[in-house]
Amino acid sequence: MNVINEGIGASMRRKEDLRFISGRGHYTDDMNRPGQSHCVLKRSDRPHAIIRSIDLTAARAAPGVVAIFTHADLDADGVGGVPCGWQIHSKDGSPMVEPGHPVLATGRVRHVGDPVVAVIAETKAQAKNAAELVVIDYEDLPAVAHLNDAVKPGAAQVHEGAAGNICFDWHIGDKALVDAAFARAAKVVKLDLTNNRLVPNAMEPRAAIGDFDAMSGDFTLITTSQNPHVIRLLMGAFVLHIPEHRLRVIAPHVGGGFGSKIYHYAEEAIVTWAAGKIKRPVKWTADRSEAFMSDAHGRDHVSTAEMALDEHGNFLALRTSTLANMGAYLSTFAPAVPTYLSGTLLAGVYKTPAIYGEVKAVFTNTVPVDAYRGAGRPETTFLLERLMDVIAHDTGHDRVALRRQNFIPSDAFPYQTPVALQYDSGDYTATLNAALKASDWDGFPARRAEAAKRGKLRGIGMSTYVEACGIAPSKLVGALGARAALYEVAQIRVHPTGSVTVFTGTHSHGQGHETVFAQLVAEQLGIPFANVDVVHGDTAKIPFGMGTYGSRSLAVGGTAMVKAMDKIIAKGKKIAAHLLEASVEDIEFAGGNFTVAGTDRAKSFGEIALTAYVPHNYPIEEIEPGLEETAFYDPANFTYPGGCHICEVEIDADTGVTSVINFTAVDDVGRVINPMIVEGQIQGGVAQGIGQALLENAVYDEAGQLVSGSFMDYTMPRADDLPNISVGTETTLCTHNALGVKGCGEVGAIGSPPAVINAVVDALKDYGVRHLDMPATPQKIWAIINAAGVKLAAD
Amino acid sequence: MYDFAYEKPTALAAAVSALTTDDEAKALAGGQTFIPVLKQRLNKPTKVVDLSSLGLSGITVTPSTVTIGAMTTHGDVANSVDVQKAIPALANLASMIGDWQVRHRGTIGGSLANNDPSACYPSALLALGGTVTTDRRTIAADDYFQGMFTTALEPGEIITSVTFPVPERAAYQKFRNPASRYAMVGVFVAKFASGVRVAITGAAQGGVFRHAAFEAALSANFLVDAIAGITTPADDLNSDIHASAAYRAHLIGVMTKRAIAAA
Repeated sequence: MNVINEGIGASMRRKEDLRFISGRGHYTDDMNRPGQSHCVLKRSDRPHAIIRSIDLTAARAAPGVVAIFTHADLDADGVGGVPCGWQIHSKDGSPMVEPGHPVLATGRVRHVGDPVVAVIAETKAQAKNAAELVVIDYEDLPAVAHLNDAVKPGAAQVHEGAAGNICFDWHIGDKALVDAAFARAAKVVKLDLTNNRLVPNAMEPRAAIGDFDAMSGDFTLITTSQNPHVIRLLMGAFVLHIPEHRLRVIAPHVGGGFGSKIYHYAEEAIVTWAAGKIKRPVKWTADRSEAFMSDAHGRDHVSTAEMALDEHGNFLALRTSTLANMGAYLSTFAPAVPTYLSGTLLAGVYKTPAIYGEVKAVFTNTVPVDAYRGAGRPETTFLLERLMDVIAHDTGHDRVALRRQNFIPSDAFPYQTPVALQYDSGDYTATLNAALKASDWDGFPARRAEAAKRGKLRGIGMSTYVEACGIAPSKLVGALGARAALYEVAQIRVHPTGSVTVFTGTHSHGQGHETVFAQLVAEQLGIPFANVDVVHGDTAKIPFGMGTYGSRSLAVGGTAMVKAMDKIIAKGKKIAAHLLEASVEDIEFAGGNFTVAGTDRAKSFGEIALTAYVPHNYPIEEIEPGLEETAFYDPANFTYPGGCHICEVEIDADTGVTSVINFTAVDDVGRVINPMIVEGQIQGGVAQGIGQALLENAVYDEAGQLVSGSFMDYTMPRADDLPNISVGTETTLCTHNALGVKGCGEVGAIGSPPAVINAVVDALKDYGVRHLDMPATPQKIWAIINAAGVKLAAD
Repeated sequence: MYDFAYEKPTALAAAVSALTTDDEAKALAGGQTFIPVLKQRLNKPTKVVDLSSLGLSGITVTPSTVTIGAMTTHGDVANSVDVQKAIPALANLASMIGDWQVRHRGTIGGSLANNDPSACYPSALLALGGTVTTDRRTIAADDYFQGMFTTALEPGEIITSVTFPVPERAAYQKFRNPASRYAMVGVFVAKFASGVRVAITGAAQGGVFRHAAFEAALSANFLVDAIAGITTPADDLNSDIHASAAYRAHLIGVMTKRAIAAA
């Protein structure tokens, strides 16, 4: 019989896809509970206003209305505010300003979309009708939406307790060392740049169903979450005061998250609490326009970066200063994004010896901002990799040589950066060389000349990056302000006939966990791929877990599985030793067989499993029956994927339209379990990165209204906006987890935006362009070309 | 959407009556604008009168005209071999509206009755100098468009067909809004023995309009270079997050040149 590789390294087709692409998934909105009612939220249409009064008379009389709740009802029940999961301390040691985040607006609304009244009716249409009859008397207040406006003297104040709208003023690195290096620098290159605000827009809008069993007192929340245990912890402990054993959180099939479904949202608390009040299930599903104004947004940083160089182009010191938009309230992990997920990456792939970064987090009258695919690392990568090209531009260095010269050498690992992190492994020269070759970088001048003949402006750009994921060591993040641990949990249940169910605390919302984890377990236990099933997303089934984000599922969750399987194998060896009348030290496990070393005496994995459950001939005094193990794995370090992305564009000078012609990604994501899934993850991430660089932009007007509040104005990338994306891998292994894996979920979104913009700037180099902020829309590029034309004509 | 009554008449007179006797009744053609509007609760009709059973679909081509029934879908126009032969620019325009799903449902009559300032069809009707036939009369294109979302149609008046004269040459060029993919600037150029007509959609505050300066220049000389020195004033053009009025004015020139080259 031919042995087909189904384990590590095999591009197994995704088990989950048949159900998803044939419409047979069970998403939250597909579920309906007996007796279910429907909740619609009356949201603020004002950016900033005092709630003078709320008149519910007409709404209460509307057909089908079951109940209507305001903050007063929540207050009467002692319902808490939505908590923030990360506390940052300012330079002066003071904790961040942490204003209350009420579940329903209390006294004031602070952004368009802020929920004010929960209307519950027999049908969703009836709830919508009644919500329109709710009369809220507002007194408008001055509002502020943009970062630079919010920190101006006299700016509208979003929270009374946050003077100047500052949440915290944080820093990292050695300021004195950096200042000294700048003082002796041969050259200083400075760049101001903006990282544009994005709306995540998962395909499935958020939804939640709350249920309450009056007999047992048990609450159930079905929700579109990336981390049901985190929601249970945050909502149970801080908001609704429901102990864990009375609260079950189910995150069923979830259609994309990209970070936006990590956070505990007010709607989850509303439906759960309301279900308890009305003793009926309560369902809420976001409309797309509601998603635009209530899902946590991403990015929105304004930064200044300065590099000090010696006369040879060696980096001496980096200094950065960033304003980070928090929005109107602190979302669950918002304070961590511009600080420990961003500032700690300021070394990038470079051996810059001295680094100092400052971050002011700022409140504005906008939707809260939190981690979005990449979370902090795309912002830092964009800053660094734009800065690289600007240094090359200003100093005349070749942009490839400049990077290469300043790379952390491949023999310098583990490498301690000046900004806290220690990179365990990497080879930036290898990924650079592979990407240069795959993209035919050297052949570019000929392609540029050919394009010029067709009247097109062709440009090429790159980024060389490293990121930190596989989050995270609990002790470390605890010291940095995390109010949660970030280990992961796996339970391996071997059934009597040798098939296996894996219970994981990670959550799959598109990643392909059911396939990858089955491959991993099949490989480790030497059993067929088809014999492994993966269960996730239910606090009643899974022992515990922290969920999926920060490209952590395989590096942390997968390693927990390995640890649990190690225990299974250790127990299996004892059973095998008993059956084979050998010493346990002499039992070897490989290829699904327990063998007495040096002999052909063996027991299969299935035989051992059966023996464990039918322990007639069994060392019962020594070990328990059954074969099921749980492991908690807390990583020793982050993991550090990195690589090189190269983008080639053509610009139509007549219209300003940019077409991405080629995109090459060569990434080091550590050991690859399923190459097809890795390729898909990177392509998806690159699609989002190209989206940020060329298309997507969440635009608020001065008054605080979200102008790009629907797909009519928010440019989501479409298939025909994207090129074929060539993906390659160059592997160095993670040195501190059993699998050597690093993570691939975010590298595409992290590495690509600066590569695209660098290519656009390169295409426009004859127009004197040094920098261009994202998105590089046709209008923006035309304005540059037009201005140059006007100037040329004037000259 | 709000609750409403639904009628699906099988005779034109019945449809007119249903719409005329109730000021709050609305006609439903392909629904590709109207249904989203209803779903967003931006319109609250008492009654929706579905025009799909009135027999208003179909395409008739003569040597000098193309007549398209009001309920003919964009997809049917795009795929019509007769239209492709007679006025390829019209079939091409239809093939660029929305996506497959929209083209399968959306109709020419619905598009012209709605007169969205970013719709494609108004530019074809105006540039080709076509006529709109209704249950009660015929309206020339130059009289039909009266500002964005505004037409010469009376309350309850139903478009039954649209007739386009066959030009010597014509072409449509569309610069899409990057987000919505509606026309941010759409230019239809049509050359007849009597002269050239140029209609611009998507760009102006008042909806589709004829570009007199381009028409004069191109009537004299139907070449790209003929309009080289003509700039379009930005004064009455739309300005939004995707395109300033100045950018739209520029794109009108670029798209017109491309249309001339393609015609």
